[in-house]
Amino acid sequence: MKNSVSRRIVVQRLVGLGGAAAAVPLIGAETKQSSAADHSMPEATARYLGSYPSELGGRSPHVELKRRPLADYASVTPLQDLSGTITPSDLHFERHHARIPDIDDSQHELLIHGMVERPLKFSVADLKRFPSVTRICFIECSGNLFTSATEHTTPQMLCGLTSQSEWTGVPLRTLFTEAGVKPKASWFLAEGGDAALMTRSIPLEKAMDDAFVAYAQNGEPVRPEQGFPCRLLLPGWEGNTNIKWLRRLELSDQPFMTREETSKYTDPLKNGTARQFSVVMDARSVITAPTYPARLERGWHEIQGLAWSGRGRIVRVDVSTNGGRRWHEATLQGPVLPKAHTRFTFPWKWDGRGAELMSRAVDETGYRQPTRKQLIKARGHGSVPYHLNPILAWIVQRDGQVLYRAEQWL
Amino acid sequence: MQSLIPLMRSISGAVVLVLALSGNSVAEAPLGLGRAVEQTEIDAWDIDVRPDGKGLPAGQGTVAHGEQVYAQYCLSCHGEAGKGGINDQLVGRIPFDAFPFGSDPGKTKTVGNYWPYATTLFDYIRRAMPYSSPGVLSNEEVYSVTAYLLYLNRIVSQDTIIDADTLPTVRMPARDRFVIDDRTRTESFLRQ
Repeated sequence: MKNSVSRRIVVQRLVGLGGAAAAVPLIGAETKQSSAADHSMPEATARYLGSYPSELGGRSPHVELKRRPLADYASVTPLQDLSGTITPSDLHFERHHARIPDIDDSQHELLIHGMVERPLKFSVADLKRFPSVTRICFIECSGNLFTSATEHTTPQMLCGLTSQSEWTGVPLRTLFTEAGVKPKASWFLAEGGDAALMTRSIPLEKAMDDAFVAYAQNGEPVRPEQGFPCRLLLPGWEGNTNIKWLRRLELSDQPFMTREETSKYTDPLKNGTARQFSVVMDARSVITAPTYPARLERGWHEIQGLAWSGRGRIVRVDVSTNGGRRWHEATLQGPVLPKAHTRFTFPWKWDGRGAELMSRAVDETGYRQPTRKQLIKARGHGSVPYHLNPILAWIVQRDGQVLYRAEQWL
Repeated sequence: MQSLIPLMRSISGAVVLVLALSGNSVAEAPLGLGRAVEQTEIDAWDIDVRPDGKGLPAGQGTVAHGEQVYAQYCLSCHGEAGKGGINDQLVGRIPFDAFPFGSDPGKTKTVGNYWPYATTLFDYIRRAMPYSSPGVLSNEEVYSVTAYLLYLNRIVSQDTIIDADTLPTVRMPARDRFVIDDRTRTESFLRQ
């Protein structure tokens, strides 16, 4: 009796959603359900062997995980389709300034020169002989917010220019000690081996703090689109400073004022100046589920997402389901690492009424993720597209459809 | 089997201790890795140019020659006289050299109204342009196209010779607009 009532509800729902076409698979589902319910032993049914072991594993054919191209120079990580905090290497976002070079690691060398006692060149094999470090950290493009997004936007398309890996390599201070940094050196230039020989000037302080040259990503050699055979890793700093295909480091007593730190990656402000070397990524969070294009059913759901800060650990994420009128502390899934994506979760029972889901992060420096209004008030309307880390919102309509709450930036 | 685990742990602990006492497991820099390089090897790669002119090569360029270089290598992406192309607009000034970008997102940043250093132009063109075949331009061609772009932006006159001596002295309209990152101070209201 109870069973037949629930089946009728299912029938009504499916007919309501899809009409006659949806009723076809329903018959099959119904049959299975009733045979499972009668608890008798099934008739003899052969089970089939699956595939053999293989040299290279792949994903289930039932799973679709894809980066999506933003342009011919960038692709974005499917944040809404991933769990935990490690981005599978083949889904790490891409941002190139002259496409992906094909570099033979046996021929690649890294030159350290300028204000050093001993200019040196290291092969990749040399780099692997130094004491190594392994650390999990995010890399995020400083332009990681699609300011023209419509309500039909996924987290991937909205802010998928952030990914996280476990990186292995040599601390930069170790390499610089090997070359002997002269006392007056205060900056260094990092240059890539791509066609554009991408360059950024980095304060020496960062090298002596936590910078390293990474040759491995998630246990394997760094992927070509991530800088094979070695890249600079500056935990917490904007993506473009983490120079890929790293081939040269030049010590200097001043910055070089390259194109990427003057005409690009600077932030004009309403007071008639432009902020330069604004390299640290401020704390932010983004809900990854439920988000567009999800359509919710009533009942329990887990709101979850990622929070991170370039200044240290995330200490707290709050979630609101009513557009910021009331906030609830979310659970942080450990380990909570500094300068790393941290997953937050919050169980939520949807009652069928309209809702607006938001998250806001706080990092260990006390920095609170700002609203769009606060950012614009502090910087000005023209201060786009870099370093936008506003609280984002997702609307849940009464029919269960989740939409991005699009905001006017320009 | 379970009782073996603590035993194995203590054995491996002892092994670690012995290794530590033997004294050669701590790497002290420098380790003598890598190879020394000749100056010629450095020169082959060291193409960067600083605002003070360090790194600029011999040679010189003219506006007239730059116009020819621009037509051949740059115009198809950056448009006639640095405007209206499919890629970055390179030419344009704002009356009184105002700097309204923070409040007006509609304003286009150009070499003339946004770039703080003329040396960056030489460095970037030589390392990264033209986009599909960077490296094809000679130093003279890079100097010349730099001269042409500065001329189009009304920063130098038509008869200016651009070389290692003159380029660092070119004063860009936006030179004093840039401030080092000050967010921890100016956006401190976001800290609890």
